[in-house]
Amino acid sequence: MNQSPMLTVHELSKSFGGVQAVNLVSFELKEGELLGIIGPNGSGKTTLVNLVTGFVRPDSGRVVYKGKNITGQPPYRVVSFGIARTFQMVRPFYQLPAFKNLIVPLCSPRVKKLVGGKYGDRDAVALDLLEEVGFERDAYVSYKVASSLPQGYLKRLELAKSIALRPDLLILDELFSGLSLAEVASIVPIIEKLRIQGKTIIMIEHRLKELFRIADRVMVLNYGRKVAEGLAQEVMENEEVKKAYLGSEE
Amino acid sequence: MKKRKERIDRGIKARSEDIFALSSYREMLYLLLPRAIPVVGLLLFTPLLSSYWQEVLISTAVYALLAISWDMLISAGLVSLGQSLFYGIGSYIAGALNHYWGWSPLFTIPAATVAGGLVCTAMLLPVLRLRGIYFAMVTLVLPLMLLRLVEATRILGGTEGLTGLDPFPSQLTALYVIQVALLAGLFGFRRIIGSDYGLIIRAINDNDRAVLSAGLNIHWYKTQVLFLGASVGAFAGAFGTHLDMFAGMPGFALDGLLHHAGCLGRCGRHGHLRRSHAGGFYFGALVRDTSRPWDSEDRFLRALPRRLCGCSPGRPLSLCTAEIPSI
Repeated sequence: MNQSPMLTVHELSKSFGGVQAVNLVSFELKEGELLGIIGPNGSGKTTLVNLVTGFVRPDSGRVVYKGKNITGQPPYRVVSFGIARTFQMVRPFYQLPAFKNLIVPLCSPRVKKLVGGKYGDRDAVALDLLEEVGFERDAYVSYKVASSLPQGYLKRLELAKSIALRPDLLILDELFSGLSLAEVASIVPIIEKLRIQGKTIIMIEHRLKELFRIADRVMVLNYGRKVAEGLAQEVMENEEVKKAYLGSEE
Repeated sequence: MKKRKERIDRGIKARSEDIFALSSYREMLYLLLPRAIPVVGLLLFTPLLSSYWQEVLISTAVYALLAISWDMLISAGLVSLGQSLFYGIGSYIAGALNHYWGWSPLFTIPAATVAGGLVCTAMLLPVLRLRGIYFAMVTLVLPLMLLRLVEATRILGGTEGLTGLDPFPSQLTALYVIQVALLAGLFGFRRIIGSDYGLIIRAINDNDRAVLSAGLNIHWYKTQVLFLGASVGAFAGAFGTHLDMFAGMPGFALDGLLHHAGCLGRCGRHGHLRRSHAGGFYFGALVRDTSRPWDSEDRFLRALPRRLCGCSPGRPLSLCTAEIPSI
């Protein structure tokens, strides 16, 4: 396995007006790792993901992916390099049936390049992908319009849309939010399966118990700064992390 | 034994989204007849109509093409408030090619279609990246600006326009050209919207950031849709130039009517024949000759759009029709 980092984020910063959303955040990610990013609400986790994936331009800093500087590249180009993401607030195509939602990423240049020209049968591939993320094929749920799907299925659909792009790095932004314990328990094996397939994953989560079960390392953000990084147990014993989550007595 | 009535539409509808095999002539006719009847009717029976009705059909088709153009743009979330921009640009290009260089309509119309599409795309490209109402604002303002520009600089004939342009060989030729173009535009648009490409376009309208995160350059797709829509509008303008033998400022002054044609175009699903023709019929009849007293033909035409666009008691009429002026 290649030991040089797959992703290097170096002193990334972004402010919106007077609010410093991300402040000199740096980290590295090796191939095949699962990095968890945690922190209180408003700590800059999603902004960090937006900076890496090109939805927001950084004020300063650098993002290097597989040796290539991708800082400030537009999102569609970041996807072509092999980075896919899910959104915290799901963004399905509500007017389209669930399986048709996957046709859009399957039409992307990245997938066309990897598969080699025109896809034989995108609908069949879409249905297979949905089955992988837990859409029951016999229940016809894959044919339902996305606007009629419950939150659990929408989260799975969001995951399927990112997997359809055949990424090397997958960034999952609060995939478990809004799901019941049973739903989370059913999605965790899917993520573990992705790891076995060799995918590198970044997970932003508030559900620490589930995250700590699968993450190799955890990074903690607070007020846009990185306050801790390491194994889950080490991070949770960090005083600054405790203060960030529980507050201080001062 | 009493035969049970069998519904065949559900099975066909489930299968007809993609490639499928039809098992009987009945199923084939079920799919073909609703499409074939108006197409055959338009192409075969229009020569039998009086000159008046042929004129109405020509006007209908021109406005229907503009409605299709509008429909294309709205599929990608681009709200156009000025189809007259595309019409006027196409009109002037065709008129200029004929007036200054003597090109025949056989060449001016295709050239103006493509060139008009390119020019309009170039003019609107800067606003494509902006989200919100800016595209609508610019399409509304640009034709008005161009009107003042032509008036002030007196280019392309100034306020008098370009007159004495070459007409079509006959009214029947004009009728068939526009009908074939309309059918090609209509069914071509249906084909595009039903394909994976059309799916991407509709997805952009639904959620453009999700399409961006799916690895697709939405600006490039929007540019393509804009070019297609603008070209269809420019074709209508180029056609109108040779129909009227005139290209001038009125080509940019169609906004009021076209807003309503666009609204009428919203009745029904994308690419429905009735949707584009509803708008066309309404304004084909109105613009043809509003100085004549309303007679039975006109009363029929006034009532027709309401039926064609499927207005029901529960559907607000304001969404379907504009106010009919009283004479």
